[in-house]
Amino acid sequence: MSAPPAPLLRLEGIEKRYGPVHALRGADFTLYPGEVHALLGENGAGKTTLMQVADGLVRPDAGTIRVGDAERPALTPGEARRFGIGMVHQHFTGIPAFTVAENVALATGWPVSPGPLRERVRHAAEQIGLPLDPDVRTGRLSVGLKQRLEIVKAVAADARILLLDEPTAVLAPAEVAELLDVIRRFTASGGAAVLITHKLDEALAAADRVTVLRRGKVVLRALRGDLDPAGLAAAMIGGEPVVRSAASIRQQADEPAAIRAEALEVARESGYGLALRQGSLEVRPGEIVGIAAVEGNGQRELLRAVAGRVLPLRGRLQVAGPVAFIPEDRISEGLIPELSLTENVVLGSGREEPWMRGGRIDWRAAERYTAELLRAYDVVAAGPRAPASSLSGGNQQKVVIARELSRRPRVVVAENPTRGLDLRATAGVHARLREAAEAGAAVLVHSSDLDEVLELATRVLVVSRGVVAEPPSGEAASREEIGAMMLAGA
Amino acid sequence: MSGLEELTAGFLAAAVRVATPLLLAATGETVTERAGVINLGIEGMMLAGALAAALGASAAGPWTGVLVGIGAGTALALVFAAVVVGARGDQIITGTAVTLGAVGLTGMVYRQAYGTAGAGLNLPTLAALPVPGLREIPLIGPALFDQPAPTYIAIVALPIVWWCLFRTRAGLMLRATGESQAMARAAGVRTGLVRAVATLIGGAFAGLAGATLVLAQVGTFAEKMTAGRGFIAIAIVVLGRWHPAGVGLAALLFGAATALQFLFQTLGWDVPYQLFLMLPYGLTLLALAGLVGRVRPPADLGRG
Amino acid sequence: MPRRAWVIAGTAVGLGLAVLAAGLSLAGYDAGAALAALWTGAFGSWYAFTSATLVRAVPLILIGLGIALGFRAGVFNIGAEGQFYAGAIAATWVGLHVGAMPAALAISAVWSAALLAGACWVAVPVGLRMRYGVLEVISTLLLNFVAEALVSFVVQGPLQERQGIYPQSDPIALSARLPFIPGTRLHVGLFLALGCAGVLWYLFARTRWGFNLRAVGAGPRAAEVSGRIDSRRVTAQALLASGAIAGLAGGVEVTGVSYALYQNLSPGYGFTAIAVALLARLHPLGVVAAGLLFGALEAGAGAMQRDAGVPAVAVSVVEAVVLLVVVIAAAGVQRIGLVGAARARRRAA
Repeated sequence: MSAPPAPLLRLEGIEKRYGPVHALRGADFTLYPGEVHALLGENGAGKTTLMQVADGLVRPDAGTIRVGDAERPALTPGEARRFGIGMVHQHFTGIPAFTVAENVALATGWPVSPGPLRERVRHAAEQIGLPLDPDVRTGRLSVGLKQRLEIVKAVAADARILLLDEPTAVLAPAEVAELLDVIRRFTASGGAAVLITHKLDEALAAADRVTVLRRGKVVLRALRGDLDPAGLAAAMIGGEPVVRSAASIRQQADEPAAIRAEALEVARESGYGLALRQGSLEVRPGEIVGIAAVEGNGQRELLRAVAGRVLPLRGRLQVAGPVAFIPEDRISEGLIPELSLTENVVLGSGREEPWMRGGRIDWRAAERYTAELLRAYDVVAAGPRAPASSLSGGNQQKVVIARELSRRPRVVVAENPTRGLDLRATAGVHARLREAAEAGAAVLVHSSDLDEVLELATRVLVVSRGVVAEPPSGEAASREEIGAMMLAGA
Repeated sequence: MSGLEELTAGFLAAAVRVATPLLLAATGETVTERAGVINLGIEGMMLAGALAAALGASAAGPWTGVLVGIGAGTALALVFAAVVVGARGDQIITGTAVTLGAVGLTGMVYRQAYGTAGAGLNLPTLAALPVPGLREIPLIGPALFDQPAPTYIAIVALPIVWWCLFRTRAGLMLRATGESQAMARAAGVRTGLVRAVATLIGGAFAGLAGATLVLAQVGTFAEKMTAGRGFIAIAIVVLGRWHPAGVGLAALLFGAATALQFLFQTLGWDVPYQLFLMLPYGLTLLALAGLVGRVRPPADLGRG
Repeated sequence: MPRRAWVIAGTAVGLGLAVLAAGLSLAGYDAGAALAALWTGAFGSWYAFTSATLVRAVPLILIGLGIALGFRAGVFNIGAEGQFYAGAIAATWVGLHVGAMPAALAISAVWSAALLAGACWVAVPVGLRMRYGVLEVISTLLLNFVAEALVSFVVQGPLQERQGIYPQSDPIALSARLPFIPGTRLHVGLFLALGCAGVLWYLFARTRWGFNLRAVGAGPRAAEVSGRIDSRRVTAQALLASGAIAGLAGGVEVTGVSYALYQNLSPGYGFTAIAVALLARLHPLGVVAAGLLFGALEAGAGAMQRDAGVPAVAVSVVEAVVLLVVVIAAAGVQRIGLVGAARARRRAA
């Protein structure tokens, strides 16, 4: 690209704090017309937050936003829309009960009369290169088609700046290529697109320009010609090498497996069809088996079946007890926010606990026990009587983990155990899981962050389209090999 | 006309007459629920509308009664909306409270206005307005075209509400609010305002339904005279799958169930009348059981 | 109860009475005389307090406990009126046939029948909810009207008094009538209500069953996933128990007060009890206090109608205002009244 014209969007010195987490530390970002701009960084680097600032969803603590001729300390979502900024989120933001056409009409303000609207939506989608049936109820669309709709909504609302948040995470490889084509066509006609991603190769393949964020700061800006993969990787990861914990945990290979599953089949939560089609695995005491999978491939059902939270339809499953389960959503599944910490500890406990006297609960004993747990797990809380809602996310997760691991489980199942936690809290959770394994538990953990799986696991299995598979090169499997398996499907 | 034909025509006419207030209330509640608000207060709003209509009609004629009735229903809906939308109060309990309050208020006002003797039957009422020509259609002519004005209003309101809900931007925003307040807000909809307006529309319809009960059906007011019709209207909305066409059919079904009573009386069959009092409720429960698994309410219904 | 709860309760009742007074003045009544009659009717004498206020508090406490039990588990039972009538019908029917039994046995039989009838009446909504997902709010509500029609039918049909003139049943056997506390018309059903409150308090505060119920009400997903509680079963149990208690209240009313079945046996106890349960913040011992308060209102309402010509139903204005104040005070907390204190709002990102 030669001498770029005036930028479409410029973010300068953006600062954002969430409590103790410093998400953005003076980040700068410039977007020129006609370019595909990759915003690269590890999970938690602040990529999404920075783009939400541009979309008006997050109000920065400091910094300026320049769009066109305007200069603002912050935008509202409405202003962002008027300046032609549209964001395609990782999660679907339409209304499932509406048809595709109705969702587009809601986003664009187009008149609702069905005939003309249908044609207009169909036309717009084809124009963009992402054909969609305007009459289909949105809830029935696949994840990929929902994303299509999000893009169509944004472009149809006259967006000139498209912010795409990890758009390839939910797509199959062929769909990824198609999406990149669409983005190129969009930028060729004068728009500009930001591709938020943590995948190096994707940035290299698609972007005209790359900005790398690390811990809320821009560490590298480069044009396509100047890019080299090693430099990018170093910029993203910084000086810290990825630690694999394999060596630190002693295997107890001679012991019988604590989890043994053969040909498990588990239904989808909606009740229709199979989420897990072929779930076979063994986990031995002392092992941490990491499950690598793209969202919605059956890993959730696998974990929940092992944890005894859903009944498999077919197959054999043997799990040694007691089982500890750390569910993904601590607010709605791990804890009851309105109840006290003691009550939340009692919630997850069985009948054999010392404070259970038949059907009676000795609350004093339970409270003493909870107080001990809070101390042992470094939970920052006013005391065992404090409601769970008064704790920070990291401390809430500590309570869940303390409750589950304090029962000396022989099996630990954890779903995204560090989602939404800062680095220190994440390290703490990892340490607890390793401790459990060292104490002889079989640990089965999934994280949607592949790097976390690689860091934590002694052995990695991939779940793709409902099938559990082991990488051919076993424990030596590389990130690329596992990534390819995740996306390939069986 | 043969005897059977006359009987059928009479039955249909009674069914439509009984269905009219239910249909009006249910039409309003459809709008309210589509915006995500379930209003158990419409029972009270109907009752308030009924008494206000009786007072208005005896003071200045039946049409004034209708207007005053609508006003009373809307005023109570304003209280409901203030608590539910303004203060984010629980919808079910607020609705129960509004109905309780309306029972108390109407009891108080009624006793003061009419004494212990009651309103009597000397209320000016809305007479049937036969539509020339159409009235002569066999069977359905008398049922649909020889009725008091509110029936026509109810019949006309149905397609209008349908059109507004499904063919206008306002309707789209209203339905979006009922499905997901968060998403609707993100799309620029002022969801609080939408819910408040939808509640007021529901209240106005409930008031009109109450006025209809007094001025076009019973001819007088009595304490607690709505006898759960507001709650039945809510069930009708569920049965009608939150769609005006379905709601019209469900209301008619109800009217028919109640009108069976008159039919049986004409035929001289000796069935305890309480059976007919139970029939609509039992029928609703059966229909709900048969239907609910397959229908989906607005996703944000009842959420603050 | 925490102090905040007292403030809310006080505000609610005070505001309710103020609105009643204002409404009465506007409608042209003598509000002062009406409120004076209200007070005298409820607390004017020992006899009024025991034989009017406490007698009316008994069903309110019982039904209020049942409703609180349901709410705690996250189910809305607005059909207590119907369950009360189902209990009353069963109690009357059994009560007519136990003349040969000793009192203790007769009363146990009648109460058991009432309890069972209440549970059966609510079993329909339970089944509809479990099998078809019908909201219990609508089904319990509709069954109120069916129950009222059923009462009207039985008192003019199978249970009508022997002469066949009045729409009411014959009086139940003497052996099934509850003894009075000497010098009053207050029957010993009061002790049953107090006992139930104690038992319920113990269940909620000290047992796994009660804790599971509260957990399901406060966070059904977490109760299932982390507590491994079958929340469908707990919900069904709570609703059944709730209906059984309301049915029992019908039995107590027949054995202790009316001795016979007739229409309008209940002046809307099933609805008033919703206000009782919510004002008490679903706390069993609070229900006793709130039940007393509303018993006084009901008692006073009767006196108001007799002495000041104000229809008794006017007091439901007070109930309405109480409900509204409590709802507004609790708003923001997802489910009404549940433990209250917590605000899930401050969630750090």
